Amino acid sequence: MLLEIKNLHANIEGKEILKGIDLKVNAGEVHAIMGPNGSGKSTLAQVLAGREEYEVTKGEVLYNGKNLLDLSPEDRAREGVFLAFQYPIEIPGVSNTNLLKTALNEIRKYNGQEELDTMEFLTQIKAKMKLVELDQSLLSRAVNEGFSGGEKKRNEIFQMAVLEPKLGILDETDSGLDIDALRIVANGVNKLKSKDKATIVVTHYQRLLNYIVPDFVHVLYKGKIVKSGGKELALELEEKGYDWIKEDSNAVVEN
Amino acid sequence: MSQFAEIKEWYLNEFKLFENSLNGESTAPIHKIRKEAISNFSNLDFPNTRDEEWKYTNISPLLKYNFKPSLEKQDVKQEQVNKYLFDELEHSLLVFVNGHFDAGLSRIKHLPKGVIAGSIAGAIKEKSPVVEKHFGKYADYENQIFTALSTAYTKDGAFIYVPDGKIVEEAIHILFLTTESDENILTQPRNLFVAGKNSQVRLIEHYASLGENIYFTNSVTEVFADENSIVDHVKLQEENKKSFHVARMEIDQEKNSNFSSHAISLGGDIARNDFNSRFNDEGGECMMNGLFLTDGTQLFDTHSLIDHAKPHCNSHEHYKGILDDKSRGVFNGKVIVRQDAQKTNAFQENNNIILSNDALINTKPQLEIFADDVKCSHGATIGQLDEEAMFYLKSRGIGEETSKSILIHAFASDVIKSIKIKAIKDYVEKILSNRFDG
Repeated sequence: MLLEIKNLHANIEGKEILKGIDLKVNAGEVHAIMGPNGSGKSTLAQVLAGREEYEVTKGEVLYNGKNLLDLSPEDRAREGVFLAFQYPIEIPGVSNTNLLKTALNEIRKYNGQEELDTMEFLTQIKAKMKLVELDQSLLSRAVNEGFSGGEKKRNEIFQMAVLEPKLGILDETDSGLDIDALRIVANGVNKLKSKDKATIVVTHYQRLLNYIVPDFVHVLYKGKIVKSGGKELALELEEKGYDWIKEDSNAVVEN
Repeated sequence: MSQFAEIKEWYLNEFKLFENSLNGESTAPIHKIRKEAISNFSNLDFPNTRDEEWKYTNISPLLKYNFKPSLEKQDVKQEQVNKYLFDELEHSLLVFVNGHFDAGLSRIKHLPKGVIAGSIAGAIKEKSPVVEKHFGKYADYENQIFTALSTAYTKDGAFIYVPDGKIVEEAIHILFLTTESDENILTQPRNLFVAGKNSQVRLIEHYASLGENIYFTNSVTEVFADENSIVDHVKLQEENKKSFHVARMEIDQEKNSNFSSHAISLGGDIARNDFNSRFNDEGGECMMNGLFLTDGTQLFDTHSLIDHAKPHCNSHEHYKGILDDKSRGVFNGKVIVRQDAQKTNAFQENNNIILSNDALINTKPQLEIFADDVKCSHGATIGQLDEEAMFYLKSRGIGEETSKSILIHAFASDVIKSIKIKAIKDYVEKILSNRFDG
């Protein structure tokens, strides 16, 4: 098993957001985590990536046999966890290339691989750029600075393609994307799929799941997974909205 | 107060020794200026924190020492100089040791005819009309005590003269070294840069220490940029962290002249810079950018004044500070737009990053606008490294120290990018890397 989340509880500023998450993800699988706004989807994604603002109060997360919560954010990334941010950060003064080259080489170093020189690096990333149809001029530009919403999201997937994580977590990568951008992003994600990697797609809408077909769909509500199923669950949510889930689960959650 | 009076007495007494050391030179016309200056010095008081211009900069540590004015140069070996040279720069090099020109260590290559790059002591001795015309005209030695001190003790410094229409393509690197010494010495380089009409020149004013002892650099630089001239200036101050550095640069800009300066500062226990530029005619451009790094208990202070006395001039000032430990920074940027100065464009910005809980910056942009058709902006920011950006970098596998270093380089990048000399850009990047790369 690649990832096992057991009874995970997490707070931010004293407020409990995650109230006991259980989730198992095997290599080769795509899991969608859906849920209404404020249900804790993004919190889960951020906690997995190691955001310091969140305090884990209970539970554990096993990743590749290791205790993920013991690792620093950078070591999680080096172990193969990648978070595609919902709101990618703009970093003026740092070029995309510099960020990626530094990141890739730190990951390689950690895993006992030789660092790439600039030529090797550039050859490697060229192919990956095509994957998300990213314009080459964006490489030399500062990270996400002045990028359109779509470019930012594609840039996240591009970074994921370059860093080749074992576990990709896509946090609302679809939000704000038009249908063309959505297709490009999904296409990129699909091409990166392999039997030894897994993807967690966090989304509010079913739309993205037309393109990235999940093996499992989980509904998060008030900090708990209240329903799990196959891809047809996403369609059901699309049709009926979240209200029926809320009604079904309120009794359970509020106990 | 009595303690300050004593130290003043010390410099007044030392002046007699200085005068004796001048021998025949004391008949030069410049000696009248020296005499005036020492009498001004004697009438002025050292500033304290009750003076508005020195409110956050307490110089009493500097006034504790009886600094011995350096009267002659010391021998310095070529190897000691090499480490301060910019490899990629085939520069013309002027070396000053304890404020005195060292011809043996200096080299001047292919300057266009008529261009002078050398020692102001030599020019004074030869009664250079250029020196006589410009010396002491821009730096106020009537009211500024440190400038009065410098002017009184005028002996040597860099003199650069580019006649009308001449273009000096390669940057002239002026290196001021202070040697290791048993005494606490006072070195007072006195520089004069004169760029004629339609001329062009690049200058690097570079201060460094060969030892770790306590000394005091009190430098004054006067710049005259004549009509349509282009003067690009870099000041690189990397003196040891026990030294004191007080510097004044006064720029006089004529019609359509273009002056740009980048001040990179990382040395000194207390470092105080006064940079003032005046537009005497229309069409002038002035850029004053700066980057300072402080740590330990260092204090860095820049006071600048850009005087838009005439219409249609542009000024651009961008200062960035990176402060660590218990260090302190002061930025006071004054821009005056006088009543006449319509169509002025003035931009000023000061951004600071505080890396520790105990570092402190006092920043004060100061715009005084008396004209009504102008574009002026100013701003100041003080902050820590962006937490969100730190997390973003770490989430990509980049470690804490490297992430920090990347963000510091990024913070400084726009000031570094605007430096026009590639070798200096690289040198400054290297300074940042040495300081912050893990």
